[in-house]
Order: sequence, then structure tokens, then C-alpha cells
Amino acid sequence: MSSSRSDLNDQKDPVDTDPLRPSDHIDGDDTIVQPKLGFVGWLRWGWRQLTSMRTALILLLVLAIAAIPGSIFPQRMADPNGVTQWERNNPDIFPVLDSLKMFDVYLSPWFSAIYLLLFTSLVGCVIPRIKHHLKALQARPPRTPARLKRLADFRAVERTSTDAAADAAASIDIAQKQLKALGYRVERYDAGRTFSVSAERGYWRETGNLLFHIALVGVLITVGVGGGFAYTGQRVLVEGETFANTLLDYDSMNRGRFVGDGALTPYSMRLDSFDVTYQPFGEPGSGQAGDFSANVTLKENGDTRTGSVKVNHPLEVGGDRIYLLGNGYAPTITVRNADGKVVFKNSVPFLPQDTSMTSLGVVKVTDGMPEQLGLLGFFYPTTGVLDTGAFFSAYGDLTNPTLTLDVYSGDLGINEGTPRSVYVLDTTGMTKLTGRTTDVESIKLTPGKTADLPNGLGTVTFEDESPAGATDLTHSVKRFASLQIHHDASSVWVLVFALLALGGLMLALFVPRRRVWVKATHSGDGVALEYAGLARGEDPTLGAAVDDLVAGHARLLDAAGVTAAREAEDESEPPASEPPASDTPKVD
Amino acid sequence: MLELTVISPVLLWTAIAIYAASFVAYAFDLARRSQATADAKTVREGELVGVGARGGAPTVTATGAAADPAPQRFVMARIGTSLTILAWVFHLAAVVTRSIAAGRVPWANLYEFAMIGTLLIVLVYLVVLTRIDLRYLGTFITGLVVVLLGLAATNFYVAVTPLMDPLKSIWLIIHVFVASLATAFFALAFALSVIQLMQARRERLVREEAAKTGPGFLRTLPGSDRLESLAYRFTIIGFILWTFTLIAGSIWAQDAWGRYWGFDVKETWTFVIWVVYAGYIHARATRGWRGNPSAWLSIVGFASVMFNFTIVNVFFKGLHAYSGLS
Ligand code: HEM
Repeated sequence: MSSSRSDLNDQKDPVDTDPLRPSDHIDGDDTIVQPKLGFVGWLRWGWRQLTSMRTALILLLVLAIAAIPGSIFPQRMADPNGVTQWERNNPDIFPVLDSLKMFDVYLSPWFSAIYLLLFTSLVGCVIPRIKHHLKALQARPPRTPARLKRLADFRAVERTSTDAAADAAASIDIAQKQLKALGYRVERYDAGRTFSVSAERGYWRETGNLLFHIALVGVLITVGVGGGFAYTGQRVLVEGETFANTLLDYDSMNRGRFVGDGALTPYSMRLDSFDVTYQPFGEPGSGQAGDFSANVTLKENGDTRTGSVKVNHPLEVGGDRIYLLGNGYAPTITVRNADGKVVFKNSVPFLPQDTSMTSLGVVKVTDGMPEQLGLLGFFYPTTGVLDTGAFFSAYGDLTNPTLTLDVYSGDLGINEGTPRSVYVLDTTGMTKLTGRTTDVESIKLTPGKTADLPNGLGTVTFEDESPAGATDLTHSVKRFASLQIHHDASSVWVLVFALLALGGLMLALFVPRRRVWVKATHSGDGVALEYAGLARGEDPTLGAAVDDLVAGHARLLDAAGVTAAREAEDESEPPASEPPASDTPKVD
Repeated sequence: MLELTVISPVLLWTAIAIYAASFVAYAFDLARRSQATADAKTVREGELVGVGARGGAPTVTATGAAADPAPQRFVMARIGTSLTILAWVFHLAAVVTRSIAAGRVPWANLYEFAMIGTLLIVLVYLVVLTRIDLRYLGTFITGLVVVLLGLAATNFYVAVTPLMDPLKSIWLIIHVFVASLATAFFALAFALSVIQLMQARRERLVREEAAKTGPGFLRTLPGSDRLESLAYRFTIIGFILWTFTLIAGSIWAQDAWGRYWGFDVKETWTFVIWVVYAGYIHARATRGWRGNPSAWLSIVGFASVMFNFTIVNVFFKGLHAYSGLS
């Protein structure tokens, strides 16, 4: 009863109000059209294939399979370091997989081909259906079938009457009003001694289906077009530093094709402080960091305001959203040359290597020394010593920080113009002066302390940044926040289309589309009423709906005094009733 | 709240034990059904066996014995259901105590996802039972729940710890809950699809007048058409919830990670599952794909859901590193 395959074919509708479906749809007309010879014929045939249900289905399944490699191999767009790592671990098969775009799956030609074909099929399928549906929306419900009995959901009721001819017409009038109130579109078909109303409802089902598919196209287009106008930049800010929203001031920047140089809104932002709390020792989740907050001062159009950037709570400035991506320590390091002249002084962001914030950083002294100098440093906020003598960090917060440095001298390789990461020291062409493999020990510093550089090169100082009068070291080292500045005006539209798709989906799946007929025939002292329902697509509640209609109609007839219920001794049981309810299906 | 953190696992193990008992009861029920139909068969030797296409009344359509006067009473199934309800109460208590101990919603790590997910599976099953008799799914439901909860309690258990920053969001409550609810519907649909395949096979064997037609309990179940349409109804509810999960997750990702979609491992699998079920819905509307092929898609869909939930959570590296395991 929930399928419309049991359709009646003995009726010809003036306008076919059924939704238009591809020919291989389960309710389709099943006409196998042989392609006519000739180019156009073949083209038409090909288009039909592309826009068939089977093609859509297969493309969907292929899309699902094609998306999987992206979850197995690291993707450049999401995890570029992971890709480098993978390449290092598997140098032999990396080039092969890379040429297959296994590390850029979602940008690859083959992945794009699949979804573009799918959406072409979608558009080709949906356009004729829209045209058809617009027509169906204006059509009248179809003529009442001659033999309602043949329908699965059929009920018959006999009522007595003193004026059967008039009452038959009146009872259909009442049914017509009743159906109209239930949201049906109704049409009268009276002929001779029979009166009938034909009713149809559920046009929203097809509307929802079309809305859903169109909204998917909307999502795809807004994502594609929106990306061209979006930009995302990263910037690491140490406490006290200020950032100006210009292309130059970003550490890195990805911008869409249509983002011009002058597209950035002018504003500036200073990182005043960075908050973080750690779960204390001995408690569950000990050492876990949380409640991160980058507290900033913003200047925009001459206005100054403060704000904070937190996880889950981006800060909105001038159409941009600022996100907190990461944080860490930025020890302030001063290097002096043999003459005592300061050749380097900066708070250097060190990249955290583990959850206890063991951090790795690099100092590059380009001028003022006999040779360029590179310092490779480790920072431990809460220093612990292993049996081997090696340091580790036991906790993420600053309790007894230590900075260790190894010194390299030579050519930093930054003069050739090749871009170098500030976090990486390329030691080829440099001489290691301290640490393992040399006979000079690595430099170890605690806040406020100074050590000599090897070979009488000068000194290096780990500055103590504690505010005046501090009694412990909890503020002795500055922190940095790694911020992402993101601009994408299209994301709202993506959301709008996604929600439209969701709404359309609910309509398409839950609105029942059905036809209902009520027919009255008068004969002598009575009126024979027949009711029948026909599902158009999935409709599990049709039977109950017809029962409700019958009961409601009886009530209305009684209230209006049109005909009277016949004493229930004869066949008040509907002829085509359900099989007797057994233990198993309580509700169908 | 140290006591609660002790009580919660105890309640959970109690629930697991009772679920196991109800599994046994349901298994006996299926065995009894097979036995009963075997007896009935010897009695009505030679009687025509008609396969109801509509499956409106399973006992009747499956045996063709419309005149069978004694209504079937599935005593073991009743015991199974009563035990399931009891187990569910303990299960709920375990979840609630965990939630109170943690001072937040009880679905923030893999252990808790497993607890809430199975709780919802059983809840949906019990609620549906009040309207449709699906007790023949009892063995599957309780079996699945025992396995998942056992796995969670032994391998995924983690002590209550404070939430990581990205999880401190209203979307944790909405997104994860709706995803779990969708999973519950998919689980029921999956079970129905499996039985649908078995039933379709039996119907084919009956048509071919084969000597053996597979497990006897199938005779007491609805026909494959009806099983399919039930599976479909659960799937579309699950699919809508999953679509919502996808959208809610993107909104959350936009806030937490600065982009609404990035093909993170978990995002990818959520998408794959969505597309598979879209395929299933299409398959049911495509000539030549309704019936067995679409049932297989439902099975593939649920297998992906389980894969996403276990393997992806535990072994794949990505931003969704919230299993709480290290
Ligand atoms: C991005 C690709 C697609 C997705 C995700 C998708 C998804 C869906 C979903 C979820 C439904 C069920 C909702 C409903 O019944 O209205 C559906 C139905 C439908 N889709 Fe698609 N679809 C896609 C592409 C297509 C294409 C290319 C066609 C044309 C060949 C198509 C034709 C249909 C039809 C005719 C139905 C109604 C099925 C029925 O009668 O039950 N879809 N689609």
C-alpha cells in the first residue's frame, strides 16, 4: 500500500499530475527508447543516460569511494607537514601516489570529474522536472476512476436516506469541504446518479525534492565562487606585539583569485596578554591546558577597543574573523658580540613539541659577528632531568624554565633569496660549536642569566620578563598566540543553501502525496458511499488517513442530518479490508 | 564526586550483564519460532505455502495458514524485552551518574560516545516497539549493544577529565547527540536490511520449491517487501538527522577551526556515509536496484558508520582527536 506501483492505468488524466521521473525510476514509464540513427539521436540518447537514475546512483557511489583515499593519506590542504613526513617515510612510492593526486584528492582532476558529472546529471534531471512540476501545480485533480474497489485502500459505507438523490449530492458537497479543509485540492466529477469528488494533496513533496537538489547545486556554486573572494592568513603574535592588517604583515597568506591587494580592511591589533590554565598536578587530566584566551587591543577607523580571541569564539573585526590556532612560549634572547654590542634581541616564538610544552626554536644572527650565527634552542617550562642527564618538560606551565642552546656558525643561507622558515635552521654549511659531537657543552640558561658564547664570540642572555616585584617565574617568559585571520563572506550563503536542502529533504521525505476519492451513488432508500486512497510514492499512513476521512465524513453527515447510518448488521465491513491483525504488526 | 565515578561503571557492567541475559532470551525466542514453524509444517504437510508480497500480517502471509486460530505468543521475546527495559534503566543510570560526576553532557570522549550511542539505539528500539513489533530484532540490538558497551568499558574507558577547549561549545551538545541518534536509526535499518536479505532468499527458495528454505524463524517474520519498507523508513529519519549532523558540524568547525569544511578524516567519513545513504535512497527509487541491492547499500552504510565510530576514532589521525585515548 505504500507504493504507487499499483497505479490505475484505466484513467486518462487531462494533465498528468504525477512528478516527472527519469525513465528508469521505479515509477517510470519503462519505455526503452532506441537511439535514432544520427548524431543528434545519439546525443539525446547519451544525455538520457547521463540524467538517468542509474547514472546518478553510480556516480554517488563512485563519489563515496573516491573520497576515501583522502582519509588514508595526509592531504596537502589540511596537513602539509603530514605529507612531508609521509614522503620521508616512503620515498619510493611517494612520487607514484603523488602523481595520482593521492595527497590532493579533493582538488584532483578525477575527483572533480566525478562531482562535476554528478552535478551535470543533477541539473539535467531537475530542469525538466521543474517545468513539469510548475504545470502540475496548476492542474486539477484527475477524474474519479470508474471502479474505486480496485484500489488497495478502499472503504464502502451504506447510509439510509429519505431523499437519496439530493442527499447523495449533499454528502459529496460535505466531503468536498472536508477534503479542502484537510489541505487537498479538489475537483467535482458528477455524472448521472453518481456524484464524486477527486482530491489530491502533497505537491510539497515534489517541491521539497526539487528544492533539495537545487540547493545542493547552490552549495556547490557558493563554495566554488565564494572561495575566489576569500582569504586566510596566519600571524604569530608575541605578547606586546602589534599586527597591522596588510599583506606584508602576515606570516603567510592564502587568497582567492579575486582578492586584490587592496582588499584588506585596515585595522591593527596588539596582543596584550595570553591566558592559559593548566590542570594542576594530581588531578584527572593533570597538565591539560585550557581556557586559552588571546587578549587584544584593536584599532579600527580611529576607534580603540579590547577583545579576546578564544577557541570556539572567534573575534570579528571589519568583516574578518580572527581565530586562535595555537600558542607557545617566546623566550626573549639577547646576543652580544665580543665588543659587548647587542647584535640580536628579540622574543623568539618556540614551537611546542609535546603537551608539556617542550619547545623548539631558532635564533638567526645575521650581522655583527665575524660569521653568521645560528642558535638552535630547546625550551622547557618546567624542567625535569632524566637519568641520562637529558632535560624534559614535566608540565606545561612556567615553574622552573630552562633554555638550552646549541651554537652553529657559518652561512645561514638566507642571502640567496630562497625563502627560509624562521623555525628551521639549515645547518649545511655551518659548523657546530657546542653540544653533542663537539667538546663544548650546550648552553643552559634560566631566566635572567647570561652565558658566554664559544670561541669568545660574545654572550647570550635569556631575559627575565617578570613584572617588577614578581616572586616566582610564572611570568618570566612571554607567550605567543598563533592567529588565523579569515575572510569569507560566502559562508553564510553556503549555510543558507545547506539549510534549504535540509528543509527540502524533510518535505520530500515526510510529506505524503496522495489522491483520495469520495463517490456517492443513490439507489432507492439509500446512498452508497465509496472512499478510496492512492499513494503517490512512499506513504505508510495512507490507510489510516482514509479511515480518518471515512469517520470524519460520517460525523459531518450526522451533524448535517444528511442521510443516517445504516444499522450495522450487514456488510459494514469494507470489502477490501486489511487481513485480520495478528500479533506482529501493531501498526502498519 | 568520587563515589559517582565508581558507581557509574558498576551500573554499566550491570546493564551489560542484563543485556546479555536478554540477548539469550531473544535468541531462545528465535529458536522457538523455528521450532514452532517446523512443527506447524509437519502438521500441515503439503499445504501450499504462499509468500505474501505485502507482508501485512507476517504469520499469515508467511505460512499461508490464514485460518490459524491460535495467536502466536512469543514468551521468550517478552522476557527479552522486559530484560532489555531493565538493562536500559541501569544503562541510563550509568550515563546520568557519569554526567553528574563530569558536570557536563556525557558525550565528550569515545567511552561516553559509546555509552550514549547504545543508549539511544535501545531507546529508539523500545519506543518503536510500542508501535511496531520488531522483537525479532532483539537479538541483534542486544547483541550489538553488549559488544559495543563491552568494548567501550574494557578498551575505551577513561576517567572524567575537564573538556578540551574546542569541545566547550553548545555544538558539542547538539552535534554529537544528533549524530548518535542518527546512528541509532541506521542501526535498526541495518538490522532490518539484513533480515530482508535473508527473507528474500527464503522467498526465492520457496518459489523454487527448494527442500530447505533457511532458518525457520523467518516464517514468523514479515515478508521482505515490508521489511524493506520499514528499513527505508528508519533510514530516511536517520538520513535527515545525519544531514543535520553534517551541517551542525560545519558550523562548529567554522567556530573552532576557522573553516567550515576541510576534509579532515572525520569530516571525510561523515561525508562518505552521507553519500552512501543518499545512494541507498536513490537505489530504492531506481529500477533494478530496489530489493537486495539497496539492502546491501544500507549494510555498507552502517558498516561505514561503525568504521567511522571505532577505527577512525581510534587509529586515524585528525583534528577530531577526542577519543580521550592516548
Ligand atoms: C549530488 C547528488 C545527489 C544527491 C546527494 C541526491 C540525493 C537525493 C536524496 C537524499 C533523495 C531523497 C529525497 C527525495 O526523495 O526527495 C533524492 C531523491 C531523488 N533524486 Fe537525487 N540526489 C542527487 C542527484 C540526483 C540526480 C543526478 C538525479 C537524476 C538522475 C536525481 C534524482 C532524484 C529523484 C528522481 C529522486 C526521487 C526519488 C524517489 O522517487 O523516491 N538525484 N536524491
